[in-house]
Amino acid sequence: MTWELLASILIIGLTNGLIISLVALGYTMVYGIVELINFAHGDLVMLGSFLALTCIALSGVHGDGSWLTIGALLVVVPIFTAAVNWAVERFAYRPIRSAPKLTVLVTAIGVSFVFVNLGLFWGGLPLDAFGGGRAAAAAKDVPELIGYANLLGAGCPIRITAKEILVVGITVPLLLGLTWFVRCTRLGTAMRAVAQDPVAARLMGIDVDRIISTTFVIGGALAGVAAVIWCVFNNTVFFTMGFRIGIDAFTAAVLGGIGNLPGAVLGGLLIGLVRALCEGAIDGGGQWVNTAVFAVLIAVLVFRPTGLLGARVREKV
Amino acid sequence: MKPLWWIGLVALLAVPLLDLLLPASWQIAGAMPKVFVFAIAALGVTVATGWGGLLHLGSAAFLAIGAYTYAVLTAPVFPFAIGFWPGLGAALVAGAVTGVLLGLPTARLRGDYLAIVTLGLGEIIQDVMRNLEPITKGAQGLSSLPGPAVPFAPPDAGWPGFYLYLGLLLAVVALLSRMRRSRLGRAMVAVREDEIAARCCAVDAGRTAVVAMAVAGALGALAGGLWAALYHSSNDPSTYDFSMSIMILGIAIIGGLGSPIGALVGALLLGGFSLVVLDRLATAMGGSVSDNVLMQPNNWKFLVYGLALILVMRLRPGGLCEEPKG
Repeated sequence: MTWELLASILIIGLTNGLIISLVALGYTMVYGIVELINFAHGDLVMLGSFLALTCIALSGVHGDGSWLTIGALLVVVPIFTAAVNWAVERFAYRPIRSAPKLTVLVTAIGVSFVFVNLGLFWGGLPLDAFGGGRAAAAAKDVPELIGYANLLGAGCPIRITAKEILVVGITVPLLLGLTWFVRCTRLGTAMRAVAQDPVAARLMGIDVDRIISTTFVIGGALAGVAAVIWCVFNNTVFFTMGFRIGIDAFTAAVLGGIGNLPGAVLGGLLIGLVRALCEGAIDGGGQWVNTAVFAVLIAVLVFRPTGLLGARVREKV
Repeated sequence: MKPLWWIGLVALLAVPLLDLLLPASWQIAGAMPKVFVFAIAALGVTVATGWGGLLHLGSAAFLAIGAYTYAVLTAPVFPFAIGFWPGLGAALVAGAVTGVLLGLPTARLRGDYLAIVTLGLGEIIQDVMRNLEPITKGAQGLSSLPGPAVPFAPPDAGWPGFYLYLGLLLAVVALLSRMRRSRLGRAMVAVREDEIAARCCAVDAGRTAVVAMAVAGALGALAGGLWAALYHSSNDPSTYDFSMSIMILGIAIIGGLGSPIGALVGALLLGGFSLVVLDRLATAMGGSVSDNVLMQPNNWKFLVYGLALILVMRLRPGGLCEEPKG
């Protein structure tokens, strides 16, 4: 393998890994605090992407260098997804929070199905960007917002475009900010307390319901950011994309040790790299990407049943 | 069994007779065997998730294994062509072996970690079936398979298949009801409720989990073999995707996780809705195929499933036929 190929694979893997990390953080935060695999999270990214496409289509502002549009989307879409996530927690998960885990999990699967169906209906809107609403289930093209020009010069074998810069420029500060928020602020400390022991946290005067709502709002907003970046980076949305994104992100969260924030980022980067290596470095490897990702996951879980950074918790008797 | 079950059973047995009275577009006996296949698959989830407490998100993988085992061993393009019943037996064995292979390395994993491994298996199997072209014929799947063979029945009639599939389903229900009361079934439930207490009573928790996976795998693969025989084809590998696994899990849960009869009821409700009711609605509206996404009954499927799952969990978390405690 030439070093140029290796470098391109690393760039592709790490940028995709960062997008996966953003979604994985939503899974892992919610899991850490209420021990629920929020199956609907990937589909929330899908809904956010549909909103982004609708906004782009209605405003009509696109083409190379539409930084203002991206900025506006980064405000509108996260607010929408955060509100949806808040409502789902408030009206679907909260009433059954004390029920067995499986009950809540099945509810989450139900919410995911509802989202998928709403996405299908959304794709049927009679807009030009949606193909006039004639083929609701088909993938929709997102108009280009940033160009493909190679920033290292046209002749350079390694491609770095403004898209990669955008991904890194948005996700890395977000990840750092989130880490600071959870470690250092009062609200973050309360979140960690609720994750550790909700009853004890309540006894210390923490409003557990409010903390859980906050967690869903933050996770939802991250999903919104991921949705915008997905649209800019991949230029396509379809109503079942949430499943694919969700599987990758959830696998990343489990790989890193579910409930662990740095673990989710590490897992996301690893999965991005495994996917890129499998696609780019192995002949015909593109067909085996999912197999490679899950083979890595199963191998890790067999030897470290709680993920890479997950704490080994002794079961209490 | 309660009198209600007997009434339901008689009603089910009478479906092919009732069909004789209905116009062709309203007959349902032809679609019912698919519902029974889903019920058998859901019974596998009943064992693994309901009794063993192992959250199983990859049942479609076992259907795929069963369908492809049946397909490879019976397809005319291969030299085996062993026929319906031996093919079904082979599918059952293949499913059980895969269940053991999945169970052995993952016996240490619990809860959500096991869930993601089963989910991963579902994705891997799709890749394998799609990419091993010489054996599985890739995205086309294997076709021209023999259909269900019922001894002494006219080959073209619809009812022998109906009763064959219903009979197999009822046999599995009866077998599982016995198994639940056996030493093995009680051990599974004991491990689910409290693994440490079960170990203290000399229950081998790891072995119990592997056996639960094997039984679930065998039932899933049996369902897969029956499915392939019904379609005379192994179908496209992407048939056996996550939404199929979730539909099977949903059937087991809506009916009442852990209750074999619940799986049957759940299959009649969810499977009957998606495979019979929606299908008939679409045919009824068929003349005017509309571009409008809202006007196609199939497009409402996931919304109805989702709301059904949410409402059942909210109002009756144990499912419609909840297993009595104790």
